[in-house]
Amino acid sequence: MSADGSRRFAANVHGWLLVLPAAALLVLFTHYPTVATFLRSFFSTAKGARGSAFVGVDNYRQMIDDPIFWQVLSNNAYFALGTIPVSIGLALLMAIWVNGRIAGKGWLRLAYFTPTVLPMIAVANIWLFFYTPQYGLFEQVLSAFGVPAHNFLGSKDTVLTCLIIVAIWKEAGFFMIFYLAALQQMSPNLAEAAAIEGASRWHFFRRVTFPLLMPTTLFVLVNAIINSFRLVDHVVVMTRGGPDNASSLLLYYIYEVGFRYWDSAYAAALTMVLLALLALFAVGQFLFMDRKVHYR
Amino acid sequence: MKLAMRVLLSTLFAFLVAGAALAQTEISFFYPVAVGGPVTKIIDGYAADFEKENPGIKVKPIYAGTYQDTIVKALTAHKSGEPPVTSVLLSTDMFTLIDEDAIVPIDGFVTSAEDKAWLASFYPAFMLNSRTGGKTWGIPFQRSTIVLYWNKELFKEAGLDPNRPPATWAEMVAYAQKLTRKDASGKVTQYGVQIPSSGFPYWLFQGLTTENDALLMNEAGNEVYFDRPGVIEAVQFWADLSKKHGVHPPGIVEWGTTPRDFFEKKVAMMWTTTGNLTNVKTNAKFDFGVAMLPANKRRGSPTGGGNFHIFKKSSPAQQQAAFKFIKWITSPQRAAQWGIDTGYVAVRADAFETPVMKQYVAGFPAAAVARDQLQFAVAELSTHDNQRVTKALNDGLQAVLTGTKTAEQAMKDAQREAERLLRTYK
Amino acid sequence: MVLQPSKPGLALETAGAWLLAALWILPLAYAFWTAFHPAEYATRFDLFAPLTLQNFRNAWEAAPFSRYFFNTIVLVAMILGAQLVLCTLAAYAFARYAFRGRDVMFVLVLVQLMIMPEVLLVENYRTMSVLGILDSLPAIGLPYMASAFGIFLLRQTFKTIPAELEDAARVEGASALQILLKVYVPLARPVYLAFALVSVSFHWNNFLWPLVVTNSVHSRPLTVGLQVFSSGDQGIDWSIITAATIMTTAPLLIAFLLFQRWFVQSFMRAGIR
Repeated sequence: MSADGSRRFAANVHGWLLVLPAAALLVLFTHYPTVATFLRSFFSTAKGARGSAFVGVDNYRQMIDDPIFWQVLSNNAYFALGTIPVSIGLALLMAIWVNGRIAGKGWLRLAYFTPTVLPMIAVANIWLFFYTPQYGLFEQVLSAFGVPAHNFLGSKDTVLTCLIIVAIWKEAGFFMIFYLAALQQMSPNLAEAAAIEGASRWHFFRRVTFPLLMPTTLFVLVNAIINSFRLVDHVVVMTRGGPDNASSLLLYYIYEVGFRYWDSAYAAALTMVLLALLALFAVGQFLFMDRKVHYR
Repeated sequence: MKLAMRVLLSTLFAFLVAGAALAQTEISFFYPVAVGGPVTKIIDGYAADFEKENPGIKVKPIYAGTYQDTIVKALTAHKSGEPPVTSVLLSTDMFTLIDEDAIVPIDGFVTSAEDKAWLASFYPAFMLNSRTGGKTWGIPFQRSTIVLYWNKELFKEAGLDPNRPPATWAEMVAYAQKLTRKDASGKVTQYGVQIPSSGFPYWLFQGLTTENDALLMNEAGNEVYFDRPGVIEAVQFWADLSKKHGVHPPGIVEWGTTPRDFFEKKVAMMWTTTGNLTNVKTNAKFDFGVAMLPANKRRGSPTGGGNFHIFKKSSPAQQQAAFKFIKWITSPQRAAQWGIDTGYVAVRADAFETPVMKQYVAGFPAAAVARDQLQFAVAELSTHDNQRVTKALNDGLQAVLTGTKTAEQAMKDAQREAERLLRTYK
Repeated sequence: MVLQPSKPGLALETAGAWLLAALWILPLAYAFWTAFHPAEYATRFDLFAPLTLQNFRNAWEAAPFSRYFFNTIVLVAMILGAQLVLCTLAAYAFARYAFRGRDVMFVLVLVQLMIMPEVLLVENYRTMSVLGILDSLPAIGLPYMASAFGIFLLRQTFKTIPAELEDAARVEGASALQILLKVYVPLARPVYLAFALVSVSFHWNNFLWPLVVTNSVHSRPLTVGLQVFSSGDQGIDWSIITAATIMTTAPLLIAFLLFQRWFVQSFMRAGIR
C-alpha cells in the first residue's frame, strides 16, 4: 500500500469512526422508524389474539374516506398559514424595534422573548383563562368596550384562530433573536449612505435590509413550517382537538389514533402523510435555497 | 480458604435473595391521579397499611396521570411485556381491555362464601359496567354519577325556594329562565344552568338520554342507538337550552372551568360529577345544594369513574395478591372513608351503614344524594372500540351544540360511523 | 441596520413597541398576579388584594415537583452533554475528513432537521419498548442526542476555521483529537453557547414525546408533571396552576434575565442565520 493510499485509508476510518456514534442514533431514531412506519402502513393493527396482516393500501383507503383526516389536514394548513407569516412579520418588526433607538429596548427584548422560555404546557392554561367566556380576561376587556360575549374556544369558527394567536405569541420572540443577530451584523455604512441619498425608510427596508435578511428569513421560515406541524402542546391542554375536531392538528390526530385508539397501522399511514408533507417542504426549500442563498 | 469463603458468601447471598423473592410478592398498581395530589397520599397510606397487615405482599402504586394516560400506559405495557398487576381504569374501558386480552375475569378468584358475599355487596348500578357475557371483569372503586349543584343564594335572589331544586326538565328550564340575568345592554351576566360539553360530552349527555328513557347501547357492547328518536330529542333539548331558551351558555362549555363558573356565580345550576363535591364544598363562598338530575320521562344518570382490574400477564401469585388487596381496599370501612375523603360514591350499601359515614352524611346530607340516585342509574356508554365510538358521539354532540349540524343529521352521522366501527364485533 | 424614523414616527413606534411588549408579557403578568393572591382574586383584579404565598405551598405539596425538577435537570444535562460530544465528533469529520460516503451521510443527517423525533412518536415508542427502557430518562433523551441541527451548525463553524491552524498544530505533533480539542472547540465557543441555550430551553419545555414515554413520577419531567397536575377531573384551579408554572419556569426565567445580553450576542457570533 502506498503512503498516499494508507493516508486515504486512515482518513476513511477516522472519518467514519467520528461520525458513527451520531449516525447510529440517527439511524435508530430517524431513519429506521421512517422506514418502519412506511412498511407498517401496509399492515393491519394487531389486536388481542388477532395478529397483524398485510392489507395493501387499506389504511390509505380508510384515510381517504375519513372526514376527520381531511378536516385535520385543512385545519393544519389554516393553522400554518395563520401562524407562519404573522409570526415572521412580527419577529422582523420586533427585531427592528429592538435594534433601533427606541427607549428601553433591553426591556422590550426581554418582554418579546419571555414566551420562548415559558413551557407551552404551562402558558396554555393561562391562555385558557384569557379565552374563558364571561369572566375571562378578554371577555372582561371586550365587554368594557361593549363587544358582545363570545365563547372563543367553544365555537368552531374561532377556536383555531385562538390557537393561532397562542402559537404566534409563543414563536415570534424566538424568531426575533435570529433577525436581531442578522441585523446587528450588517454594516451601518449602508444606512448612512442611504440616508445621505435621501432614500425613504420603507424603500430602504424593501430594497436593502429585507434582501440582506433573506437567508435569515428562510431559516426562520423552515423552522416555522416545521413547528406548525410539530407543536401540538396547546391543543392537548386547551381544546383536545374540539369542538367537533375544529382545532385538531395532524400530529395531534396521530397521537390520538396511535395512543388512544391503539391503531398503530392507521397512525402509520397518517404519519406517512406528515412525512410526505415535510419532505415536500424540504425539497422546495432545497430548490429555493439553491437559487437565493449560498451556503458553503 | 479464600475461595471457600467466597463460595460460602455467594451461596448465602443466593439464599437470601431467593428467600426474599419467595417471601415477597410485589404487585404494581397503576392508579390514575386525575383527582389531584392529596389523593396520592391516601393511596400511599392504603398501600402501607395493607403491607403491614400482609407482610408477604408489597404494593407499588404508580401514579400514571389521567385515566386516559393510565390506560395508554397499561395497555402499551401489556403489549410490550411488563403490564401492571392491577390498575384502576375507567369502567368503560372494559371491552377494550377484553379485546386486547389484557385482563382476567374476577370470578376465578372468588371461591369462598365470604368472597361471594363480598362480590354481591356492590351497588348493582356500578356492576352494570363491570360485567359482560356473564363474567365480572372489574371491581368498582372510585365511582361517580352526575348530580346537579345549585346556588341557594341565587335561587333566593330570583324568588325561588332555595331548598327546592328542579325535579323535571320543564322545571329546570323555568327556574333557569328566572335565574338568567342580563345587563342593560342585553348581555347575559348570569346563566341559569350549565352542562359542560368539552372533552367527554357523551357522559353528561347520557344523563339527558336516560331521563328521556332512551338507551345508547346494548349490553354486549356491539350495538349503539344514537339515531333513535329519544336520543335525538335529548340532543335537541340540550341545544335548545341555549338556542331557544337562552338560559345556557352558547357553544361548547369547558368541563374544567365549569366549577369555577359556578363559584364565580356566572351560572346558578351546574351538572357535574359527584367527584367534585369536596372541591365545591371548599371553594363555594355561598350556600349550595346538591340534587339528583331532573327527570323527564324518568330520573336517571350514568355512572362513571374507575374499576379495579387484574392483568392477565401477571403470575398467579401476583394475581392472588392483587385480589386480596382489592378485597381489602373495598371493605365497607375503607369504602366509606374513601368516599368521605374524595367525594366519590362509596361503592357498597353497607359502607353507608358504618358509623363514620353515618356521621358524615348527617352533617352533610348532600353526600347521600349520589347514593340515592343510584337506583335510577344506568351503565355508562361503553362498547367495543370504545374510544372511537364515543368520539363519534362526542363529535356529533359538539356539532349540534356549535350549530353546525341539526340534531338529526349529527346523530345519524354518529350512528353510521359507530356502526362501521362495530361491524367486526358482531 | 435600518434607517431610523423621524421624531413623531419614533414616538409612534415607541408606543407600538411598548404596546406589543405589554401584550407579550401579559400571560406572565397574569401568572404572577394569580399566584401571589388568594384564589378568589384569580379572575378579579383589585389593587388592594391581599398577598399570599399559600398557592406555592399548596402547589408544592400537591405534586412531587422536587422530583420533577431533578428529572428535568438530569434530562437536560444528559441530552446536552451527549449532544456536545456526538455533534462535535461528527461535525469535525464532516468538516475536515474526506471519507467515502461523506456527502450521502451528511444529507442523511440533515433529514432529521425536517423529521423531528416527535413526528415518529408511534414507531419510536415501539423501539423504546423493545429496548426495554420505557419510562426512563434515557428514553426521553435518546432520540434527541444526535442533533442534526448541532452537527450542521458546528460543521459550518469548523469549516470557517483556517486549515493552517490545524496544520501548525499537526507539525507540533498534536493528535487528531488534540487538534479538535485545542484548536476547533475553543474557536467555536460562541456557537456552543448558542446551541446549548437553544437545546436547554427546548428540552426544558418539551412535552409530547416525554408525555408518551413516561408513566411515573420517577421519570416524568416538569412539563408532563405540570400537565398531569393541572388536568384534574375537578376543574381548573388557576391559583395553583400559575404558582406551579412560576415555580417550574423560574430557573429558566432567571437564567435568561441574567444572561440575556450574552444570549443574543452568542447567537450573533454564532452566525445562526
